[in-house]
Amino acid sequence: MAFIEARNISKVYQLGDIELRALDGVSTTIGKGEFVAIMGQSGSGKSTFMNLLGCLDTPTRGQYLLDGVDTGGLSRDELAEIRNRKLGFVFQGFNLLSRTSALENVELPMLYNGSAAPERRERALAALKSVGLEGREGHHPNQLSGGQQQRVAIARALVNDAPLILADEPTGNLDTRTSAGIMELFVRLNRDPGITVILVTHEPDIAAFSNRIIRFSDGQIVSDEVKR
Amino acid sequence: MINIPSTFKISFRALRVNKMRSGLTMLGIIIGVGAVIAMVAVGAGASRQIAEQISSMGSNLLIILPGATTSGGVRMGAGTQPTLTMADAEAILRECPAVEAVAPTHSGTAQVVFSHMNWSTGILGTTPSMLDIRDWQLSAGRPFTSQDVRSANKVALLGQTVVDNLFGDQDPVGQAIRIKNLPFTVVGVLAPKGQDARGQDQDDTIMIPITTAQKKLFGAQFPGMVRIISVKAKSAEDLAAAEEQITALLKQRHRIGPKQDNDFTVRNLTQLMQAREASTRVMTLLLGAIASVSLLVGGIGIMNIMLVSVTERTREIGIRMAIGAKTWDIRLQFIIEALTLSLIGGVVGIIAGVSTAMVLSSISSWPTVVSPLSILLAFGFSGFIGIFFGFYPAYKASLLNPIDALRYE
Repeated sequence: MAFIEARNISKVYQLGDIELRALDGVSTTIGKGEFVAIMGQSGSGKSTFMNLLGCLDTPTRGQYLLDGVDTGGLSRDELAEIRNRKLGFVFQGFNLLSRTSALENVELPMLYNGSAAPERRERALAALKSVGLEGREGHHPNQLSGGQQQRVAIARALVNDAPLILADEPTGNLDTRTSAGIMELFVRLNRDPGITVILVTHEPDIAAFSNRIIRFSDGQIVSDEVKR
Repeated sequence: MINIPSTFKISFRALRVNKMRSGLTMLGIIIGVGAVIAMVAVGAGASRQIAEQISSMGSNLLIILPGATTSGGVRMGAGTQPTLTMADAEAILRECPAVEAVAPTHSGTAQVVFSHMNWSTGILGTTPSMLDIRDWQLSAGRPFTSQDVRSANKVALLGQTVVDNLFGDQDPVGQAIRIKNLPFTVVGVLAPKGQDARGQDQDDTIMIPITTAQKKLFGAQFPGMVRIISVKAKSAEDLAAAEEQITALLKQRHRIGPKQDNDFTVRNLTQLMQAREASTRVMTLLLGAIASVSLLVGGIGIMNIMLVSVTERTREIGIRMAIGAKTWDIRLQFIIEALTLSLIGGVVGIIAGVSTAMVLSSISSWPTVVSPLSILLAFGFSGFIGIFFGFYPAYKASLLNPIDALRYE
């Protein structure tokens, strides 16, 4: 059974009198353990698709099944719970809480699922170690480089053992060398615990790290190539 | 699942980050709570003072003053003409069913000497029922008796202030003192009563039999003349009846026609005092209400700052939502922030209010009473204000769309 299944998904935004079709009948499946890059021009619908995959938004038409659960009928809080347990987000702008230490940023998702304080700390320390940030636990985001901040964000995405990481242009704010380091980290996470990684990018170099590339244009999938 | 301790932690952190702002917001609540507590303490202090005066004055008390006669068109004030007699007092007790006790008095001021000490004080000539009427206990010795009154014996009951000034640490009972050079035997000491409604020391007095005062000490313009008659009604409900019965009786005894002015005045002291007490209570309420307005303003300050905070932290809210914060996680975070502001403000305000009350009573000698109830109320009310004014900003935050919130710059 597919881990992610999109069935004829459409997303329509109503902007005054104009109807904006951000997604127009998208269907695809993504299996567990895949590393998918989603590419496309801006306005092609790839970000809208990511938001739907991330349960931050719901489709206007069609069905989105995550791990066999139809997300269509779920409430705000039920979607929040799915995001907490099954998804980890990595954003272009890192989206860490400023004035909050790396450790506490990583602990954050566990605040919302009732983990006890010692367990939170232990798991957050382990997650930071796994992204190579041992010794930086007490640093605030403004004391860390861009690459380090993104690693903190990845640690935050990992800490609840989420099976799926959604990365929206994770290297967009980073230089080439740092970007390579971040991408290698994704590759490693995809390989070792077998986390499904879906990332949005418009750089072919970055997409090259994945083993499947889905291209969007005008709200539709125009190509879907799997490498070996 | 909502994790309350961590939510508290998140809130405390947010407040610590903006220390100045949090402090100023709290100041609104501090001033509000402090003002409520201090004002209510001042009001309650005044009420208690009056209540104490009422109980020290004696309950259900009427006072009959002579005078208020009109002679040759000139109206005289109450107490200016001696018109009351011992016989009036006896008749009131005998013929007015609403009256429980009567004590005529005849008083003056005199120099009192014991050994080499001397002291000037008010001498109150009266009957033994005076002690009953004014609920006055003895701290030593015995009261004088009706026999003492009939025989005009030279016996005296001393107020505590007199004892302190003449005797120091010695036991005055059984000692002989001289009042206006007449020897008196001290038979008892009056229990201390403190100040009366006008701030006069009620313990600076000597009680002697009224007959002694009339015949031997101050003289009388006619035999049996008394200056004031104090009357105790049977109950608070009987006060009005007693007043009517006494007025009717005295009119008849003094042969005052329907068109003539009374040559006496009946004053209902208890009623007067109770009216004062009631007005004090109204004053307390008023002061409290005015102070509550500042508490309300403090609450609006909290709401204001929370709304600013929600807008400033839109992105943070978006991040929290993206990683799994639910509606109530977000709401609670902001409500607890508001609650923390208001409760810390409340505690500091209580301390400020209590110290203000203490300072007020020490520098201005206003009595203040800080009741635990007012502290509890102020604390509860500030908590309520935190929740009430924190809810709307929290509600607003929880309705944000996570995608928009994440994009917010």
